[in-house]
Amino acid sequence: MDSEDVKENRVPFSNRSEWSDIKPVPQDDGPNPVVVIDYKDEFVETMDYFRAVYMADERTPRSLDLTREAISLNPGNYTVWQFRRLILEHLNVNLHEELQFMDQIATKNPKNYQIWHHRRWIAEKLGVGAAHKELEFTRRVFSQDAKNYHAWSHRQWVLLNLGCWEDELSYCDELFNDDICNNSAWNQRFFVVTKSPLLGGLDVMRDSEIMFTIKAILAKPGNESPWRYLRGLYQNDAKSLLNDPRVASVCTEVLLGGSQYVHALNLVLDALIHQFQPGEDLKGAIEAVYSSLDLPDSTSDSELAKRVCFILEKVDPIRASYWHWRKTTIPSQAL
Amino acid sequence: MGELEVEKHAKYILAVEKKKDDFQSVVMEHLRLNGAYWGLTTLDIIGKLDAVNSDDVVSWIMQCQDESGGFGGNIGHDPHVLYTLSAIQVLALFNKLDILDTEKVANYIASLQADDGSFAGDIWGEIDTRFSYIAICSLALLHQLDKINVEKAVKYILSCQNVDGGFGCIPGGESHAGQIFCCVGALAITGHLHLLDKDLLGWWLSERQVKCGGLNGRPEKLPDVCYSWWVLSSLIMIDRIHWIDKPKLVQFILDCQDKENGGISDRPDDAVDVYHTYFGIAGLSLLEYPGLKPIDPAYALPVDVVNRIFLSS
Repeated sequence: MDSEDVKENRVPFSNRSEWSDIKPVPQDDGPNPVVVIDYKDEFVETMDYFRAVYMADERTPRSLDLTREAISLNPGNYTVWQFRRLILEHLNVNLHEELQFMDQIATKNPKNYQIWHHRRWIAEKLGVGAAHKELEFTRRVFSQDAKNYHAWSHRQWVLLNLGCWEDELSYCDELFNDDICNNSAWNQRFFVVTKSPLLGGLDVMRDSEIMFTIKAILAKPGNESPWRYLRGLYQNDAKSLLNDPRVASVCTEVLLGGSQYVHALNLVLDALIHQFQPGEDLKGAIEAVYSSLDLPDSTSDSELAKRVCFILEKVDPIRASYWHWRKTTIPSQAL
Repeated sequence: MGELEVEKHAKYILAVEKKKDDFQSVVMEHLRLNGAYWGLTTLDIIGKLDAVNSDDVVSWIMQCQDESGGFGGNIGHDPHVLYTLSAIQVLALFNKLDILDTEKVANYIASLQADDGSFAGDIWGEIDTRFSYIAICSLALLHQLDKINVEKAVKYILSCQNVDGGFGCIPGGESHAGQIFCCVGALAITGHLHLLDKDLLGWWLSERQVKCGGLNGRPEKLPDVCYSWWVLSSLIMIDRIHWIDKPKLVQFILDCQDKENGGISDRPDDAVDVYHTYFGIAGLSLLEYPGLKPIDPAYALPVDVVNRIFLSS
């Protein structure tokens, strides 16, 4: 039953014989309300009846139905949700049925905190058996919005507490096929690689993950996420990263591509500042970019890091102050 | 260059919930305390707080308090830290914190700390770094931080730090500007900012600025005015505000105004609401836009209000 059903088929509570014993309780906004709200009639009536059963602490099937109606009208009202939980516990309701209700209202309210929290509460009670269904549910949410933060928190919680890690890495791949720029999927990949009990951890996975990330970078070098992922694989040690010839090579290739090279250059800069010694190919690629822009003439090898900063100030002007500051952190030997 | 339509925004906030048959107003009923904080803090920043009857507000707020000591979003609602912080903040605006049974409120908040140092939002147990910030900010404003285990709270927050320097809502959660604000704010208030890699985080935050000058909350997402607060206040707390292009951000926020009817929206030409009006104006205050009271980036209250709490005897 969604809010449209409620409107069409709705019989006012005052006409429902099963509610004839209840005196509805109006919203108390105090004697001089700060802000005066004009409420819609059916909402008023439903909430007035809700208040009556809430204050009487009536935990019955009819009050359970009432919370369903109230939620359908306004799923953000957390007090209704909390009372619903008390009723569900008291009546010992089959929580699989409750999950069905959740499935119905979730599609219209994908970012509602109360709905996600209620779902978590149910899943906790159902335990390990709920894992698969919960992962399926978040998958459906992601088909509408692959970056829904609540859904990702829920999915991570399910994996950590209920298990079911087997297909997670390949699910990340699916999401990347839809959108290689999905930062949530990149975060999830890191989560899986570092926390999955089935994969062996970061040290084991590092090599293959570098290969994977390089492919993603080549597909779209301006995509921020794989560059961060790459740094994550080496715990932000840029020098060790660049000492991997595959990484140096992809930076070179991106630079030679002539565009979308800010992230590549930034990584090279980090490494240079930490005494990384670039090979001729990479040096040549940097020089090629430098000379393609209208920048101060300079031929000295020892000023490579400084020249990288000049490039970045020019091609990423919105962060000019940041790149300017980076120049000041270049140790004199690296200049 | 646009201009901030201060008069229009004041009118908008004062009239916001008087619209007839507006379902948006109706569904906000349970979180009106948050709405009061957004609206009233905005009015204070633009120098128009006296347009509101403080006695009415204060007496309404106190009716939102539950016997547990916590506050609900409105009269008759269950307590939650979200509304408890808003209650404390609004009372602070009106210099009426002394009306509170501080011990009682502090005990409610402290009871929500878990063994690992994290905080639940209420007795139902949802854990989120937002609640760590809320608990710490609330207790600090009440001078009751010693009611919780601060070291454990800090330890939990740091466990939510990601390799990119940002923070998520739980350990392993994607770095998100809103969560970052909460974690950085909590660390600032408890004096633990030195535990951050400010350069790394500062860079992540500066990358939130997109071509049009607005800020997003995560890589590859659209800019939204509310990130003018979450990202900006974080940058200020770690002394890296100069890493973004300030004039461009000012222009973005000004472009999000409804210049006819008042109010600010998430991005240009969208519908306005009180939430984005507050964050847009608070963001402009952080950017030192002329005519606005300065706002404290950690407590999210005007600086004079914070000084009144911490500097007077």
